[in-house]
Amino acid sequence: MKIAIERRPQDSSLMKYLSPVLAVLLTLMAGSVIFALQGQDPWTGLYTFFILPVSDSYGLSELGVKAAPILLCAMGLAVCFRANIWNIGAEGQLLMGALMGSWAALSWMDSEGVWVLPAVLITGTVAGLLWALIPAVLRNHFNTNEILTTIMLNYIALNLLLYAVHGPLKDPHGFNFPESALFTNAVTLPLLLEGSRLHIGLAFGLLAGVCIWVLMTRTFLGFQLKVIGLDASAGHFAGFRERRLVYFSLLLCGALAGLAGISEVSGPIGQLVPSVSPGYGYAAIIVAFLGRLHPIGILLASLLMALVYMGGEMGQIDLGLPLAMGSLFQGMLLFFLLACDFLISYRLKISAHQPPAHGHHAGVNG
Amino acid sequence: MDMDLITNILFAMVRTGTPLLLVALGELVCEKSGVLNLGQEGMMLMGAVIGFIAALTTGSLIFGVIMSLLVGMAMAMLFGLLAIQLRANQVATGLALTIFGAGLSAYVGTDYIGQALAGFQPMLIPLLSDIPILGKALFSQDILVYCSLGIALAIWLFFRFSRPGLMVKAIGESPYSATAVGLPVIMTRWLALLFGGAMAGLGGAYLSLAYTPLWAEGMTAGRGWIALALVVFASWKVERVLLGAWLFGLASIMHLVLQGMGASISSNLLATLPYLATIVVLVLLSSNQSRSRLLAPMSLGKPYHPAG
Repeated sequence: MKIAIERRPQDSSLMKYLSPVLAVLLTLMAGSVIFALQGQDPWTGLYTFFILPVSDSYGLSELGVKAAPILLCAMGLAVCFRANIWNIGAEGQLLMGALMGSWAALSWMDSEGVWVLPAVLITGTVAGLLWALIPAVLRNHFNTNEILTTIMLNYIALNLLLYAVHGPLKDPHGFNFPESALFTNAVTLPLLLEGSRLHIGLAFGLLAGVCIWVLMTRTFLGFQLKVIGLDASAGHFAGFRERRLVYFSLLLCGALAGLAGISEVSGPIGQLVPSVSPGYGYAAIIVAFLGRLHPIGILLASLLMALVYMGGEMGQIDLGLPLAMGSLFQGMLLFFLLACDFLISYRLKISAHQPPAHGHHAGVNG
Repeated sequence: MDMDLITNILFAMVRTGTPLLLVALGELVCEKSGVLNLGQEGMMLMGAVIGFIAALTTGSLIFGVIMSLLVGMAMAMLFGLLAIQLRANQVATGLALTIFGAGLSAYVGTDYIGQALAGFQPMLIPLLSDIPILGKALFSQDILVYCSLGIALAIWLFFRFSRPGLMVKAIGESPYSATAVGLPVIMTRWLALLFGGAMAGLGGAYLSLAYTPLWAEGMTAGRGWIALALVVFASWKVERVLLGAWLFGLASIMHLVLQGMGASISSNLLATLPYLATIVVLVLLSSNQSRSRLLAPMSLGKPYHPAG
């Protein structure tokens, strides 16, 4: 028997959507092996990770809480990735939204006006947008690689956040803990569901999904983004202004990530803390790819990613597994996805006998 | 500033620059062959954690170093499997490697957080270490620093004078022409990639076995990414990688310098300096588009499809 790799005449659209499902299955299988290596029954492990956290209504509401920031970031990233702009900076944009939004919240939280909460949200959103403006300007006018600049800006944002909670924004009555004062009701997001922590941030995420779906499928702007993503020179010849598209997609993503950040501090957390984000901005990269850059896919993938976060905590509490198990699952997901994506353009041919001498091999057309 | 302070700053500069130098040298070789591996951070983290665990459990630092080299290569193999064999997008694969390495290292290292180890100690080279100012920086370091200098020299000689060095460069410039004259493109890229993995593992081990002999989650703090920027900064030239690594080392220890001058600035704000420096350097170097295009290996980051 011989297994040969053969290039498909055209990309398989079935595999395009099947590949994320395969990747999830492979991750679960690899996860079972890891559970077994840890001396756990794989079924108990998988049950604790993926079923137990959402087995009651509170768990389901927490799933929404965790999914909200991932959803917002991943929607923005999807637009960037479509246009072939490698924005890795959602994490930093989220942190800047949280930081500047908290600063606004702490300044205004004792006034009673209805304008306070919207003003705080806008501040956070604009902060994220401005943070994304930096790599956009650098790419457009200085030809600087956005992967490296956005990563560097993530680290800078994290250090600015740490500076703020240790310094200017530290709660003066907080026994010297690196935390801000607790937010008052005036700057706290309304809940979607009484008795839970599910806040309106999830609605922002869903709304963003609808808007981005309309943008990408129904507008000329979305079409231009897709074209420069597929072939930058084609977009150039068609007269699209690439710089404007770079600005648009990066700033949109920055704004959404900033909104995610301020929604976290004024929602479930309720104050500025050093650990605003357990890597939501990075998880969103995986979510965007796993969701095939499509709003529906991203919604499903962000729920899965939220579940991985919750499963990690549950595994630690119930089974005494390392919390990092969740991060390991995240890493495996993206790896398996990239491997399965091979099957979009290629297929495996298993034949019982030797193929003819001049058979087609991989990359004949390459 | 007095002489002692300058001596100490130069000493710390070389020490801090060493992990960057190791990783950047590996990535330089890898990129010369046309493979862009953005997974440096993940490979470094795995090298750091495995090197630390191996050294702690066996009591042998050398064994720790060997394990870090091997695990770096194993991580690079994952990259090669996807990016060279399955022709996946190199940028996405590199990112995946970083995310995976961060997760796996955190998972493996959970039980080792907070444990301490007697790391590599400085080895004074007789006479040379007594040279004023430079003696301490260059000749009173630990053995890994000397190794990093030796490797830098070896790579410089390799590209400058050897036939295989020329082969790697040819393949990075044009894999198809290289194939036409009978050079083994895939094999060479694999070797360059594995070398890069080993060096990244070693860079990680330098952190967890010499620089701060302990394991902490995410302890590389973006050094893998800075090393990637360093290769661009150095225009793919070995001697500039060396210089750049030390300059970035200096940027990372600015708090020492400023304290020496009597200034007091928040340590969190000073911690942003190496990242800011990276951005500034990238801007200065990339703004001339034609220049950066000339210097980068032509086929960098492009998958190679062998015809057949």
